Amino acid sequence: MERTTLLRKMQLIIGVLLFIGMLISLYNVFIMVPTEKKMGIVQRIFYFHVPSAMMSFLAFFTVAGFSIAFLVKRNLWYDRVAVICGEIGVLFTTIALITGSIWARPIWNTYWSWDARLTTFLILWFIYVAYLMLRDYVGEDERGARFAAVFAIIGTLDIPIVYFSIRWWRTLHPSPVIAGGEGSGLHPDMAYTLFFSMIVFVFLFLFLVIARLRVENSRMILAEIKRTHILSSN
Amino acid sequence: MLIFCLLVVVIFSFTFDPGSEYTKEAAPGILWVAFTFSGMLGLNRTFSHEVDTGSIHGILLAPIDRGAIYLGKTIGSFIFMFIVEIFTLPFFIVLFDLNLENHFLQLVTIIFLATIGFVAVGTLFSAMTVHTKTRELMLPILLFPVMIPVILAAVNATGSILNLDEWSKILGWIRILVAFDLAFIVLSYLTFDFVVEE
Amino acid sequence: MIKVQQLTKIYNKQFALRGLDLEINYGQCLCILGPNGAGKSTFIRILATLSRPNRGDILVDGTSVFAAPAAFRRKLGLIAHATFLYPELTARENLIFYAALYQIANPDTRVDDLLKTVGLAHRSDDRVRTFSRGMQQRLAIARAILNEPEILLLDEPYTGLDQSASQLLTDRIVELKTAKRTIVLITHNIQQGYQLADKIAIFREGRVALECDTGAMSELEFQQKYNEIVTAGGKN
Repeated sequence: MERTTLLRKMQLIIGVLLFIGMLISLYNVFIMVPTEKKMGIVQRIFYFHVPSAMMSFLAFFTVAGFSIAFLVKRNLWYDRVAVICGEIGVLFTTIALITGSIWARPIWNTYWSWDARLTTFLILWFIYVAYLMLRDYVGEDERGARFAAVFAIIGTLDIPIVYFSIRWWRTLHPSPVIAGGEGSGLHPDMAYTLFFSMIVFVFLFLFLVIARLRVENSRMILAEIKRTHILSSN
Repeated sequence: MLIFCLLVVVIFSFTFDPGSEYTKEAAPGILWVAFTFSGMLGLNRTFSHEVDTGSIHGILLAPIDRGAIYLGKTIGSFIFMFIVEIFTLPFFIVLFDLNLENHFLQLVTIIFLATIGFVAVGTLFSAMTVHTKTRELMLPILLFPVMIPVILAAVNATGSILNLDEWSKILGWIRILVAFDLAFIVLSYLTFDFVVEE
Repeated sequence: MIKVQQLTKIYNKQFALRGLDLEINYGQCLCILGPNGAGKSTFIRILATLSRPNRGDILVDGTSVFAAPAAFRRKLGLIAHATFLYPELTARENLIFYAALYQIANPDTRVDDLLKTVGLAHRSDDRVRTFSRGMQQRLAIARAILNEPEILLLDEPYTGLDQSASQLLTDRIVELKTAKRTIVLITHNIQQGYQLADKIAIFREGRVALECDTGAMSELEFQQKYNEIVTAGGKN
């Protein structure tokens, strides 16, 4: 029962912070920050696109980390955290792909291009959808957890190789503007908006993880109740 | 497996006009579609027989490192797939009317390296998918996205070879293939134990 | 000595073993009894290093079997309901294959001896597919004792055996017992288990509900005790 109350409290606190943060972030993105000269209004999607992409990476690294931890420790909670982050990672990757396409239509004149980063992201999406399917399609729970963990480790190592092989093939994506040289520097308001949006997305990520953990926790309690009920009824 | 592979090559070769511009463009892709699909057929069966009869446990009970079982299975799958590929290759060259000149060995090298990468990961995944409800469907879903670097490298390198490009153009692809092979043989060797336990 | 500590295994989100403790001495014949779903087979699988526990450990002479499972497997023999045989190979080929896996010296003579012992010498070059269940099980016995195991694990080995095959199995068990090998036997047959074992453990809901030496209790007393424990499991 302790875990139940702890999760509820955490969700409440993070939920409140997330709500406030999101309001501020929306104000920042749509009202406060100046419009970018060359790209125009569509550039504002950038404040959702970049954090989503970052969060999907965060999610998938967490998947890999918890997968290794699960294989070593055999604690089924590690597996649950990994699966949850896999689901959320797929969600953020989907958002990043869609917002990217919306941005690319007016800027590159096409929804899609086989550029290294885009393609890698698409492959990433396929790998983690496969990961979730594998986790579901294995009959036995613990075995599914092991398979998914192994697959996640393979998938994570595969991503950089995919990236390099596609870059070897062709490329078009704008080079990273934040880490770039002087010419590519961001307006301080833009940098602040992006940074703030990033923080809000981290909270969103945590909020979703905890919400899903609460579901898993309830499921476990329910299974235990069912078990004791069945035992006492026959 | 061999018949399937030949069939793919034959069907695609007569759907294209012989000597048309596109044939040469599409040939490497068709070759690797044939190879990967027939390889998938073989990999699906790597463990199914032993899991169904339960004899897999007999092997797992043996006082040997589980990694050795992985390597054995991988080498077995490799030999099968490589033989199929080598047999298909002459038909491919004839049906697509290709002129390889002295680049034949280069093509064999690419096939060799790509096949290693394919079976290295494929064998590991096959040990997993044999326990899923939809075995034959699950393996490609897992394997294809992870195989992207290998397929990309193999198709492009084959394209370069058919264009009779210089060796240096293929070298980058060979590097990617070698990196992939090494990384995934080691990783699969290490994680195989987790896959086969009950 | 084999020491099982707090062994816990979760199977399909339910506990198959919940903190099982057990000690097995070398040369002892331990019989495990218990209702279905008590965790008997799960325990044997973990002991055979086919499966890993979620928590807990099995120590053999103080070191965990999971640290060097291959070395531990060398000492093991397992007979279960499944035979682990290749139906497309002949009896001899099956044994030769397993002899190679166990790196047995002079496999041919060893295999010939074993085929004679289990009474299959006349069928040794026939495919296992053509064998009856009893004959397959005989061959499975030969396979399990191929490496002269120090520890023999038997998971309900009597199911599906005909009279002569059961007798053969009992003879092997008695022979290994006198040779001071360690035997762990799971069975549903309380009488048979009681007669063969030095020590009995009753499993219930993933724990050891009763552990006693066969000398400490008569067979009738034991039968009553067993019924008490098993029926108690259904009503709480």
